Amino acid sequence: MPRPEITDLYLIDELLTDEERAIKNTVAQFIDREYLPIIGRHFEQGTFPMEVIPRLAEMGVFGANLQGYGCAGLNNMSYGLILQELERGDSGLRSFASVQSSLSMFPIWAYGSEEQKERFLPGMAKGKLIGCFGLTEPDFGSNPGGMRTRAKKEGDHWVLNGTKTWITNGSIADVAVVWAKVEDGGPESIRGFLVEKGMPGFSAREIKGKFSLRASFTSELSLQDVRVPDRNVLPNVRGLKGPLSCLNNARAGIAFAATGAAIACFEAALEYASSRVQFDRPIAGYQLTQEKLADMLQEIVKAQLLGHRLMRLKDEGKATPAMVSMAKRNNVRVALEIARTARSIFGANGITVEYPAVRHMLNLESVYTYEGTHEVHTLVLGKAITGLDAFS
Amino acid sequence: MKILVTAKRVEDPESKIKVKPDGTGIVQEGLKYKINPFDEIAVEEGLRLVAKHGGEVVVVSIGGKEVHEQLRHALAMGAHKAVWVNHTGPLDQMGVAGLLQKVVEKEKPDLVILGKQSIDDDQNQVGQYLAEWLGWGQATFASKAESFDSENEKNKVPALVVGADNKTVRVVREVDGGLATVECQLPAVVTTDLRLNQPRYASLPGIMKAKSKPIEELIPAGLGVDVTPKLTVTKMSAPPARKAGIKVPDVATLVEKLKTEAKVI
Repeated sequence: MPRPEITDLYLIDELLTDEERAIKNTVAQFIDREYLPIIGRHFEQGTFPMEVIPRLAEMGVFGANLQGYGCAGLNNMSYGLILQELERGDSGLRSFASVQSSLSMFPIWAYGSEEQKERFLPGMAKGKLIGCFGLTEPDFGSNPGGMRTRAKKEGDHWVLNGTKTWITNGSIADVAVVWAKVEDGGPESIRGFLVEKGMPGFSAREIKGKFSLRASFTSELSLQDVRVPDRNVLPNVRGLKGPLSCLNNARAGIAFAATGAAIACFEAALEYASSRVQFDRPIAGYQLTQEKLADMLQEIVKAQLLGHRLMRLKDEGKATPAMVSMAKRNNVRVALEIARTARSIFGANGITVEYPAVRHMLNLESVYTYEGTHEVHTLVLGKAITGLDAFS
Repeated sequence: MKILVTAKRVEDPESKIKVKPDGTGIVQEGLKYKINPFDEIAVEEGLRLVAKHGGEVVVVSIGGKEVHEQLRHALAMGAHKAVWVNHTGPLDQMGVAGLLQKVVEKEKPDLVILGKQSIDDDQNQVGQYLAEWLGWGQATFASKAESFDSENEKNKVPALVVGADNKTVRVVREVDGGLATVECQLPAVVTTDLRLNQPRYASLPGIMKAKSKPIEELIPAGLGVDVTPKLTVTKMSAPPARKAGIKVPDVATLVEKLKTEAKVI
């Protein structure tokens, strides 16, 4: 399908370097040819197309913005562009990449020992080792500082107990970055543990009955007296700062990427509206449809500009959590609204997986809530504006 | 061995092409461009041969500064260096073949691989002219008979095989109703058909590395080639729009219309 140029109304492409544009186009071509033809069926059946992992790895997608250890060493803008194209495919694929790169590889890269980096990162970049990130618990979502998972020191091992939930890639992960409080300490005692598949007492259970992110693994991790050796503890970070820095990284990518789902919905809805005839002319010719399309495009362009500036600031080392919160909050919300509007343009056809809108719409309900709920990002922004903390 | 491949800049085959109202050409605003798909297959084949036999792949493109995009694409796929023939303005197939001939004489490759045609004006002549003017053997429409649907198929003998002594190339060609296998002395010119291979996706680090690979600039005058076209396009027109179909009330009417109007039964 020809991609209408109208989605780049503000010529944002021209703000990219030749290499950034080539990276975007290469991933876009992969998604168009290899992923879009199969995603509808996988979403319907609730399966993840594992065969795309080695192919994305070969291109250098995983840990793309990390330096060394077999990673591509690209800038954050390029990383964002990659994720946006994956998201244009499906949030499930982008979630896989976000978790692998920002939430699993990044903490090892940033806080791991040299031995841990050498042991895990090259395999993870190649997609041979899959990672997941264990922070959220059944009773602690927006309030991770209250987590119940504990690590107790026993000789040269740590004994972990607890439950983590809503863990993307959990049941296929070779290594889980699990955050736990040490002994009976408070949030300041939190440390990161590299829990490996097969360690006795560690298990992952797939969460069933999802109507969102169906083409993605979502799991619950159970840790019962899991003995983790000293060499699997991330040595260089303590406290909530560890997991939050990973999330901040991932959230910037998600904020940038969400526009991909919005573009997919807009383009498909535009094509449909141009060819769907009612009362003897295409519905695109009616004012109500044009208003929908105008609103969708306007929000896409604004979200692109916000995302673009965010990644440039991140590359300059100037991005703050408030900036990330504003972009995540805005871009995911508008993507969700655009998906809903697109669904309405498709009429009854819009409720099937034959068209992308309902799939993206359902996925974006998760994206709205994960990686810092929409509401929490509102409070982060509120605190940055007023200096007053409304969390507690 | 040294392999020269081409990378023509063409309109993206997925773009909607509109003819200008005065018929002098196509509307270029808003069009996307990419490497000619047949040339991309040539680049891929060159890279595979070099991976097996060693050597380097040199990619050449003719056009204004914008063809750097296609050269960088081939470099990102893995080509080693690029030659840019800086020329703007009209060029016919003889002009292209003449320029390529000079590039070949300068680069002295063992093998030239180029698309059998470019998807913009579908001439299918440059490879043939080039081989004739160089006095080299040619094997056009190199193809792989098998589909690429299974691993087993993918691993079958490639359509381009260089002899053990690096002096010959055996090429499976697609011809009407079947396949022909020919053998050429090297150096030779090979043109690629659609089913020869499936080009790789450039790796993202490959895209970054392409930035630092050399692009050598040449100009037609410097090569001593007169590129004044012998062929001019006088008019372009879009194919007539298809008429809407009609619905017939029953099978009898359908059969009647097939007999009397369509005259197919």
